[in-house]
Amino acid sequence: MNIEQEESGAASPIKRRRFFSWLTIGWISFSAAAGGFLTMIIRFLFPNVLFEPPQSFKVGFPGDFQINEVDERFKQSQAVWIVRTNDGIYALSTVCTHLGCTPNWLITDSKFKCPCHGSGFRKSGINFEGPAPRPLERYKITLAEDGQIIIDKSVKFQYEKGQWDSPEAFLTV
Amino acid sequence: MFDWLKEIINLLSTPSISFTLLAVIIPFVFPPTDWFEKWHRRLGLHHLWSIRGGWGLFGLITAFLVFGFFDENFGKILSKPDNVPIMMLIYFVFFFVWLSMHSAYANDARLARGEKVEEDYGPDEKVLVWPDLVYIELTALVLMTVFLIIWSVGLPAPLEEPANPSLSPNPAKAPWYFLGLQEMLVYFDPWLAGVIFPTFIIVGLMALPYIDDNPKASGYYSFANRRVSIFIFMFGFLALWIFLIVVGTFFRGPNWNFFGPFEEWSIAKVVPLTNVNLSEYVWVKLLRIGLPSHWLVRESVGIIMLLLYFGVIPVVLARGKLRGLVERLGPTSYALIIFLALAMVFLPIKMYLRWTINLKYIIAIPEAFFNI
Repeated sequence: MNIEQEESGAASPIKRRRFFSWLTIGWISFSAAAGGFLTMIIRFLFPNVLFEPPQSFKVGFPGDFQINEVDERFKQSQAVWIVRTNDGIYALSTVCTHLGCTPNWLITDSKFKCPCHGSGFRKSGINFEGPAPRPLERYKITLAEDGQIIIDKSVKFQYEKGQWDSPEAFLTV
Repeated sequence: MFDWLKEIINLLSTPSISFTLLAVIIPFVFPPTDWFEKWHRRLGLHHLWSIRGGWGLFGLITAFLVFGFFDENFGKILSKPDNVPIMMLIYFVFFFVWLSMHSAYANDARLARGEKVEEDYGPDEKVLVWPDLVYIELTALVLMTVFLIIWSVGLPAPLEEPANPSLSPNPAKAPWYFLGLQEMLVYFDPWLAGVIFPTFIIVGLMALPYIDDNPKASGYYSFANRRVSIFIFMFGFLALWIFLIVVGTFFRGPNWNFFGPFEEWSIAKVVPLTNVNLSEYVWVKLLRIGLPSHWLVRESVGIIMLLLYFGVIPVVLARGKLRGLVERLGPTSYALIIFLALAMVFLPIKMYLRWTINLKYIIAIPEAFFNI
């Protein structure tokens, strides 16, 4: 078979133009199938049901918290420390900002100390030792109508972005 | 009894002291230049690689571990099932370094006398893959499996309570092979110590065949022909990897504080530390004008210092001491080598800065999650 014959398409059962349209259809369906499978695989990575405690919860009345004490009652269940100072109350996240371990509150040293790489945070949440690059995050804290404190973990306040000045980051009592 | 000895060992184990000792000793043990070579011989360190020296070192390590085993505090750490691999690591690293250096010195002596190296059997002598090599591999495989089964039956992995994200064990330790990384994480931002540096290590090791163009000592042990390469590798391997693993295993206790081997792991140990960023040192303590509000101005000192470190030092070296290397390898390979070398030396520099002036980050931009 020489080149001229092939170009004229006289000798082949499928014409050149038709071959290309079949090829196009083939590639489109292959890409669609592959894309569909890929979508399903990516979808499979996300859980259907997520068992999480509600992000917003009541922790009790302001009078339940002692001044100058770090309340650890909600560390286990909600990953929150509630700290009351002379002026008011704030809620600190228990996730270390270095690599996400849970620090311990050392009452004698008055600091949060992370057991993984030694980061230390003051009672305010400010980082002062070890490798943690930024302070602990604070959560939204407000009063409910019945006078109880509501903490909303879906709203975070980061010190390095200047968000701790927000009225919702600190509950004045 | 022996309390004074334990006190001395505790003091010497402090990372700043023990790392400095190690960094000073390594060039004398693996001498990269004629001057170090002279002192290596004069101090008699070449005897370390003789058979008698090998047994001596083996005895010394074992005596120390036995001594430690009978100590109340060190014994607890040594007898922990998790730490068995570290004990094996100490002996294996010692044995293989000794074996290769022993063979290398023997070959160097042969080459100096004009003889052939030990591995050179001539062109007619050969070993077949099948059956010779495959049989050896099969035997090794079976023995290793037996060993692993005995080990796992004899020292079962401890089953702990279900994982709880709100409760990190104290101290929380990575698997032993990651303890070097965990130790690096004390000094660096996670993405640097956890991602960038490990990548550099792997890429650097992969690039070795392209970096090292020395045809000598290929296929046989030799020290004299590649003493600089061996020194650099040994420094990176022993001081920046094995040492960090040993520190992470034996010397890091509750709250990731440092503890000497004979010190009790007390949760109440208080180590006063306040780490300060370079920007604070410059703007607040030195110039006393307060931190500039824009991060680019605030971190300009650190950025300039890093640019000088990674940009100017290679150029200065290329025009000075390393001129020969640039001419032999060309600018691209030189740039790659010097960048990897500077990145490697950056780790001890940062460790020293932390130990001496409590420096936290040279560049700290928490706004963009970028800290060096």
